[in-house]
Amino acid sequence: MSRIEKRFAQLKADKRAGLVAYISAGDPDAPLGYQILKGLPAAGADLIELGMPFTDPMADGPSVQLAGQRALKAGITVDATFDMVRRFRKEVDNDTPILLMGYYNLVYQRGAERFCKEAAEAGVDGFILVDLPPEEAGALKPHAEANGIDTVLLTAPTTDDKRLPAVLKYAAGFVYFVSVLGTTGTKSATEEAVRTHVSRIKSHTKLPVAVGFGIKTPEQAAAVARHADAAVVGSAIVDQVKAALDGNGKPKPDLVAGLLAFVKSLAEGVRSVKKA
Amino acid sequence: MPDTPNTYRRGPDERGHFGIFGGRYVAETLMPLILDLEKAYNEAKADPAFQNELKYLAKHYAGRPSPLYHASRLTKHLGGAKVYFKREELNHTGSHKINNVLGQVLLAKRMGKTRVIAETGAGQHGVATATACALFDIPCVVFMGATDVDRQAPNVARMHMLGAEVRPVKAGAATLKDAMNEALRDWVATCETTFYCIGTVAGPHPYPEMVRDFQCVIGDETRAQMHEAEGRLPDTLVACIGGGSNAMGLFHPFLDDPGVRIVGVEAAGHGLETGQHAASLTGGRPGVLHGNLTYLLQDDEGQITEAHSISAGLDYPGIGPEHSWLKEQGRVEYVSATDDEALAAFQVLCKLEGIIPALESAHALAHVLKLAPTLPKDNLLVMNLSGRGDKDVPQVAARLGMKA
Ligand SMILES: Cc1ncc(COP(=O)(O)O)c(C=O)c1O
Repeated sequence: MSRIEKRFAQLKADKRAGLVAYISAGDPDAPLGYQILKGLPAAGADLIELGMPFTDPMADGPSVQLAGQRALKAGITVDATFDMVRRFRKEVDNDTPILLMGYYNLVYQRGAERFCKEAAEAGVDGFILVDLPPEEAGALKPHAEANGIDTVLLTAPTTDDKRLPAVLKYAAGFVYFVSVLGTTGTKSATEEAVRTHVSRIKSHTKLPVAVGFGIKTPEQAAAVARHADAAVVGSAIVDQVKAALDGNGKPKPDLVAGLLAFVKSLAEGVRSVKKA
Repeated sequence: MPDTPNTYRRGPDERGHFGIFGGRYVAETLMPLILDLEKAYNEAKADPAFQNELKYLAKHYAGRPSPLYHASRLTKHLGGAKVYFKREELNHTGSHKINNVLGQVLLAKRMGKTRVIAETGAGQHGVATATACALFDIPCVVFMGATDVDRQAPNVARMHMLGAEVRPVKAGAATLKDAMNEALRDWVATCETTFYCIGTVAGPHPYPEMVRDFQCVIGDETRAQMHEAEGRLPDTLVACIGGGSNAMGLFHPFLDDPGVRIVGVEAAGHGLETGQHAASLTGGRPGVLHGNLTYLLQDDEGQITEAHSISAGLDYPGIGPEHSWLKEQGRVEYVSATDDEALAAFQVLCKLEGIIPALESAHALAHVLKLAPTLPKDNLLVMNLSGRGDKDVPQVAARLGMKA
């Protein structure tokens, strides 16, 4: 059983939804980025999405764009990202699933086969590649499978019932429902919309469904937790980094603690919902 | 070496691929919309009513056909090939961009879309889109890098006059790539009502094919006009390449004529050796950006590097995927011209032919200045004069120390 499968099975046994926390790898710099990563499980993150910074994040809103720019400025590379995961597996835990999120060009340049092998060896469990729809995923999928990596695919409000099965055919680990039309961290969906879409997706698949985009508060996280198997929070978390930088971009001393306290509040929101 | 296909004009395949290039690398939110667009485009393409309306507009609104002009003074000056210009700069709005925009905006209307967005570099595509949107009474938003807003100020004013909203984009080097990122971000949020009018033969399928089809009028006319003027095919074709639409429009109808030598000219900026250029085919390698797999300027990891060109319309680190394919097939030669060579060519054309070219087109001319003298006098060379230089007058005047 993969870490992702195990984690969702555990959440089910605990009768609650999970919190998926997104951070940009190495934001605001490699040492602090690692401190944040390291602290996420204890703060209540059930799964971790580690953003691979990219120069042209076309599907991201301002918060994640800035986070990626900070990381790129700090010199974060794909190897540095793998190193962080490797160190996490050694020093923190071997249970919390880590998914790499980002854009396909970084995978393509390294070569899908080598990328999958190195990621798996570092301790990565899944990929969420924003610009790799099922139509183009054929070049990656076999290498991901061979290395035990789940390709988590996105579904959107525009993914209708006719298209869903074609997307789900390639999905593994869980299904990521992008709850609004837009980039990350801009609009938020209503609870009713989340409920309708999640039940629609669940009628097509047995995979767990995580919902993300626009979840900013513990209350919103709780509302999503009532309907989905996990709530994904990204922009609101990386905004904590931005808020803890001074006018010169220097981190204030409480950056890590402040961010982790915010993650804890989100986890409490998610955990306040008792599931059947 | 790849096998030589028996035609270079069949692509893309049904998944939008030209060999390994092209495709649909977009967020899932956009995927269903892109599939819709493909379907709508294929229906429109086969619908005589659509084609007739487009033809009518091309003729009576845009002023087609554009002349094929024998540049006799330039020919004499160069002492080699017989140089013709395909005068796309005489089209309404001043460039080839209108050919594509009329097609796409008609399609937007047909699809019931109520808002149009576009990215622009030089502002020619933005002006063309603003123009067509005024004509069809559709709200229009144009994304333009802040650097380009400054260096192509006359076109910004034109877009405003035409009723479009221009959104300056400050990210990165604030040029065409950044404008395209921002347009894509807008589109993900508004795709149910908004039509994204892409200005070149790039982006996710079906854009590279669709834009090419709308621009092929350039090459089709050239073929007929050359036949009338000289009774035969041209020998050499030259066009500048940003994303590659004016070039593809001229080249595509001739790809299967083996006697026609075809040359695309990328922007070499400060020089290829400086790393500050926009020559993706010469200085880049295949990668994925803006919805397609194509040659890109990038570092070892796959981070996209900033392009540089004096010409805002060529200042882009990528290129349309069909050009990448044609390069690998060896059917088209791709060369480059620097900022300085383009500026020199710009002045030559002003003085010898009384035509102020766009800085983009001046890159094609810079290569013609090198190539034509090496060719025999009976070599018929056609250069795509893709746009007029009105937009560049303040920038070039400042650069040459003239009073604007
Ligand atoms: C006059 C002119 N020529 C050429 C280009 C480059 O675009 P493409 O390579 O798509 O023709 C532009 C783009 O702005 C332009 O304005």
